[in-house]
Amino acid sequence: MSAIIDYAPLLWQGLMTTILVAVLSGALCLLVAFSMGLARLSPHWIIRWPAGVFVEVFRGTSLIVQMFWFFYALPFFGIQLHPLTAAVLALGLNEGAYAAEVVRGAISSRAKGQTEAGIALGMSPGLRLRRILIPQSIPAMLPPFGNVMVDLLKNTSLVSLVTVTDLTFRAQMIRSTTGETAAVFLTILVMYFLLSVLLTLLTQWMEKRYALDRRALAVQRKALRQESRGDKVGAL
Amino acid sequence: MIWDNAFAISIIPMLLKGLWVTIQLTLLGTLIAAVLGLVAAVIRRLNIPVVSPLVSFMVIFIRGTPLLIQAYVAFFVLPIYGISFNAFTTGVVIIGINYSAYMAEVYRSGIQGVSVGQWEAATALSLPTVRTWCRVILPQAVRTVIPMLGNYLIQMFKDSAVLSAITVVELMATAQSIGTSTYRYLEPLTMAGALFLLVSYPASRLVNKLERRYAPKQ
Repeated sequence: MSAIIDYAPLLWQGLMTTILVAVLSGALCLLVAFSMGLARLSPHWIIRWPAGVFVEVFRGTSLIVQMFWFFYALPFFGIQLHPLTAAVLALGLNEGAYAAEVVRGAISSRAKGQTEAGIALGMSPGLRLRRILIPQSIPAMLPPFGNVMVDLLKNTSLVSLVTVTDLTFRAQMIRSTTGETAAVFLTILVMYFLLSVLLTLLTQWMEKRYALDRRALAVQRKALRQESRGDKVGAL
Repeated sequence: MIWDNAFAISIIPMLLKGLWVTIQLTLLGTLIAAVLGLVAAVIRRLNIPVVSPLVSFMVIFIRGTPLLIQAYVAFFVLPIYGISFNAFTTGVVIIGINYSAYMAEVYRSGIQGVSVGQWEAATALSLPTVRTWCRVILPQAVRTVIPMLGNYLIQMFKDSAVLSAITVVELMATAQSIGTSTYRYLEPLTMAGALFLLVSYPASRLVNKLERRYAPKQ
């Protein structure tokens, strides 16, 4: 166990890299999720079709194959990516493909009346999406998004295989220098577990924060308060 | 020329051999996961003091940690204590245990889906606990979760590539070793990806169909 304390700074650096990879690829994942998820709902086949191919290819092959492909195969096309870039790209695109299905599912399961009401009010398709469909879909998206993010966090351990010096990579280094195999691996096992628990708690908090009826309740309460004070409620 | 067609064709037999190992890994792993997951789900439901909370914690812990690290622990740590198997066996057991944690949740939702009336009827007929589970609850619970288990099977098929890190020579490891020995990574990696897609895409289509057939009628 003393080896772990001696090498704590190394593990700390690894943890920071892991978090960096998770945050960057998480951001890419969200970007991909919304662009591809919305593209798959497009009425034009020229937009819908490529997005469908993208999602099926990235969901249909292993993340580790994609990561190695970005790292080892792209140089044959003259594109040499930094290990971190290749790792973030593979993670973000892969998990983004899963999340795109979440976006598509959540938006296409909105009640039809919402779209029709938007049309009746003369809203353009973009405005309907931005003001009505997406905000309503967020609460339904949050739990599966949380799962995708925990999955993404766990999969950051794979970036060590393309030489990114994350927590797993540092642990392997410490293992090979000290031979304290059990202590090192159990330590990072617990660290990963704590990170995913933290992420789960964050998702649960956001679920509560953005729950639809809770928000409606808050608006009602505010309205009641203003009414009782004799303020104008017309704005609501 | 970037893509060497003759080379790509020449490595197909090796990759297919790797694919076969991947398929074996997946089928055996799913078998372990399906059985262990069921056991875990039933134990959690039975509410045995100490045992049930312990199983619950194991499920959460396994779900919260990366498969790669679990594989490393099994592959590097267990041999120190005199427990060692070959890479393939370790891989199958680890991925089976990993997925059993997910399947336990699936079974749990299946068990919860069985209506209370069924439990009450079993009690009214004073069926012993084992009969109640084996003849009444589980047959109904498992039926509804079959498509979900199919989804996890496909997921495991893709995830098993992680086991290449503990020297299991499956599809990914085969592609990698072809790459290191020939200095050409483009063809083996692309073809490995294509093979994964070739199996998993039709399989997921099939599971979708099953899902619609087995879905409880509304």
